[in-house]
Amino acid sequence: MTLNFRLSHLKQLEAESIHIIREVVAEFENPVMLYSIGKDSSVMLHLARKAFHPAPLPFKLLHVDTTWKFKEMIDFRDRFCEEHGFELIVHTNQDAVTQGINPFDHGSNVYTNAFKTVALKQALRAGQFDAAFGGARRDEEKSRAKERVYSFRDGQSQWDPKNQRPELWNLYNGRVNRDKNESIRVFPLSNWTELDIWLYIHLENISIVPLYLSAERPVVWRNGTWIMVDDERMRLQPGEEPQMKWVRFRTLGCYPLTGAVESKATELTGVIQEMLLTKTSERQGRLIDFDEDGSMEQKKREGYF
Amino acid sequence: MSIDALDRQLIADDIDAYLKQHGEKDLLRFITCGSVDDGKSTLIGRLLFDSKMIFEDHLAAIEAASTHHGTVGNETDLALLTDGLRAEREQGITIDVAYRFFSTQRRKFIIADTPGHEQYTRNMATGASTADLAVILIDARHGILDQTRRHSFISSLLGIQHMIVAINKMDLVDYSQDVYEDIKRQFVDFAARLDVNDIHFIPISALVGDNVVHRSEQTPWFQGRPLLSMLEEVHIASDRNYIDFRLPIQSVLRPHLNFRGYQGTIASGAIKVGDKVMAMPSGKTSHVERIVTFDGDQMEAFPPQAVTVTLTDEIDLSRGDMLVRPKNIPRSARYFEAMVVWMHDGPLVNGRGYLLKVGTQNVPADVSDIRYRVDVNTLKQVAAHPVDGVPGLHLNEVGRILFEANRDVLFDPYRKNRATGSFIIIDRITNVTVGAGMILDRHTHDGQQGQRRGLSKHHPLLNAVDGTITGQARQDRFGHPASTIWLTGLPRSGKSTVAYALETRLWDLGCAVHVLDGVAMRLGLSKDLGFSADDRSESSRRAAETARILNDAGMMTIAAFVSPYAADRERARLRISSEKFIQVWLETAVSTCEQRDENLYPDGDGIYAQARAGKIKNFTGISAPYEAPDDADLVVKTESMSVDEIVESIIELLKTRSLLPE
Repeated sequence: MTLNFRLSHLKQLEAESIHIIREVVAEFENPVMLYSIGKDSSVMLHLARKAFHPAPLPFKLLHVDTTWKFKEMIDFRDRFCEEHGFELIVHTNQDAVTQGINPFDHGSNVYTNAFKTVALKQALRAGQFDAAFGGARRDEEKSRAKERVYSFRDGQSQWDPKNQRPELWNLYNGRVNRDKNESIRVFPLSNWTELDIWLYIHLENISIVPLYLSAERPVVWRNGTWIMVDDERMRLQPGEEPQMKWVRFRTLGCYPLTGAVESKATELTGVIQEMLLTKTSERQGRLIDFDEDGSMEQKKREGYF
Repeated sequence: MSIDALDRQLIADDIDAYLKQHGEKDLLRFITCGSVDDGKSTLIGRLLFDSKMIFEDHLAAIEAASTHHGTVGNETDLALLTDGLRAEREQGITIDVAYRFFSTQRRKFIIADTPGHEQYTRNMATGASTADLAVILIDARHGILDQTRRHSFISSLLGIQHMIVAINKMDLVDYSQDVYEDIKRQFVDFAARLDVNDIHFIPISALVGDNVVHRSEQTPWFQGRPLLSMLEEVHIASDRNYIDFRLPIQSVLRPHLNFRGYQGTIASGAIKVGDKVMAMPSGKTSHVERIVTFDGDQMEAFPPQAVTVTLTDEIDLSRGDMLVRPKNIPRSARYFEAMVVWMHDGPLVNGRGYLLKVGTQNVPADVSDIRYRVDVNTLKQVAAHPVDGVPGLHLNEVGRILFEANRDVLFDPYRKNRATGSFIIIDRITNVTVGAGMILDRHTHDGQQGQRRGLSKHHPLLNAVDGTITGQARQDRFGHPASTIWLTGLPRSGKSTVAYALETRLWDLGCAVHVLDGVAMRLGLSKDLGFSADDRSESSRRAAETARILNDAGMMTIAAFVSPYAADRERARLRISSEKFIQVWLETAVSTCEQRDENLYPDGDGIYAQARAGKIKNFTGISAPYEAPDDADLVVKTESMSVDEIVESIIELLKTRSLLPE
């Protein structure tokens, strides 16, 4: 046989992710895929479609909606899911809505806990899911570097960094005690880097929310970054005046907490080019990581993705 | 973020060309291991730093953290780049496996940063399981330590074929060539016992940067390339097995009645549309109809592609089965031996049941025997530590284990096929992963010892053919049923004496009878065997097989073997079948046996005397265990009974079992 057995690193990563996704579907009773509408989620979803082609996705998507997402994200989500016939669950922590928790009065810690961590736990509990796919990558943040592909969570969805199962080869231990509500968070993109994600989106022509591309948008300068005034709920501080700037987002979350960077890149390759030529890491645009040293680790212990 | 000026130019001038180049890179996974202060984290920090993979905000965070936790005075502590978890930062120690990523123009790299702490062999094995290459760090001031040997052994055990030995902190020994050469020589001596094909040495200083990314001017005597350049160029493509086609089935996709796709990741070998394939374990054959992917059908598939295959025939194939080629099939057996790394606080215990995940197969299996433990510092085979009187394997220990699964398992030896020769061990109560195993190659692992254990006994193409002369016909001719009287007991307990006296008595009764004597067997059929636990088991197995053949021929067989292990005697019973198998224990105190030996050889050259003097190793009763039977059909006390009395008590038993002529 004279085959060329070479596979590029992206094709190897793709194969690894597909293997993981299939393994979860084969071994768990009720998996769900967390869909955050961001670029990593879009890649993960694309890989899931590949994993089960020509069959439809064998699980539902779950979006934890904080009610403070960018409008364009929600539009994209609804259009995209309808187009592909995905079953989508949207969950919001109604208690937090009732209590009027918001990112302006309560600070990012309280807000994130209520609308993300607690909301996620509520949704997973309600759906009786024993496995949940997430799009986290090990290169995002230091404490992520040690995360397993299968991250075991106890009945309270908590993560214990000292009590994670050893993970060898591509043999994943998917055994959980369902009576105790134990579950696994699965990260098929663990070994992808930010550059891999962008390159894959480029090569595979994956649809992404237009907020990743530069456009003229209304923004204010706050805490050393550009915050977009996405709707009338945005509270302006004294002296803040929305102005139109050419900006794009490197990461997408809740608009009052997500910083934009100035850019003229209106096409994907331009975004990649800018990213490669700058030296600021991706999560810097997210205010929640900066609360205190080791904050991501703390949130994960509590049940954050 | 990325690399050097050339790259930046290309990115700025022609992003499409750059992306094309980056998309074509290949992937190298490596581990870094060293002792606590060998400078591992600093080395990784240096690789990331010098290859411009550190973001400015990360660097700012490290600079801030250096003043809190840093161990290098006022300099930015690069090690802090890789120390992720808070507890670790507080202890100043890496306690888990962390994965790091960087890329150069040629390759993308995934680093498994594995701990140097003595207690964390399990994390090292975890990191090594997916690595192509190991970087072993040695502190030039300290040379080779126990942990260096341990890390090298585990790398080799986990099948890593390439090793770079980085002799670090050369700046602290004045870049001395003598120091470097001395350590190198010691390592080469030691590495002769390892199973690694490709070893390179390099003098570095991770702290200062010598020979990490750039060649150092401090080591003009070193002609080799810097570390990063070695990592870029090491040839790993041929490490993968492209010969033996194996597709372990993950799931069967049936979106509608006209499509049945078998999904899985190609573990090894390659396959083309139209190729003839065989399903294991059913043995049914078919041909590859399509190789279906989201991006369109492929004509061929190879590892590690994740594919969906359809076949020209509907054959029975489900998760845990394997698709292979008819003339190149994996082994299929209930019994197999593996090197096991134990990863849990509670020990592995002989006789206990676990769940094994072997590829896509989930199989309950019992630990049938702990052959030996490997002292990971000396690489010597030693006895397993007992756990409540039963041999066990403790956290971070490595041992050779015989497993008995509750059904046939499909596998290849780990050395030939990492993907189909590896498994994890799961505790059935807590569901925790407690160990990892690498299945041994019975042909090559350690000489003849490999020709063991009913491996391949259910080879689908190897079906025993039954003759036309039945057991009943033989019984009619000889006048009695076939049986095996298995005499077990310590050396000098009187097995041979009783065996030959019993043979004469049975012969006189008109029986077709023959003695299989342990000593005679060892002079012939089993003369290749020694007296290790492993060899004793094999000796028992051969004895049982031979007894069975004699039984099949219709004869009564008296088997006189020390057979010290209960598990081996039980296997003999199962092999020969319970209704034909009579186990007789010649119960005798060690002191009595020793006295008898001394009476025979009063000049002190008896076997017990030699064993006491250490001239015979692994001598049952002295330096090796005898597991007294608790299920013997008959126990005879040789100290209080004469040979004739013993023979008559056996005859009585045979009568009650209707095994004598009418």
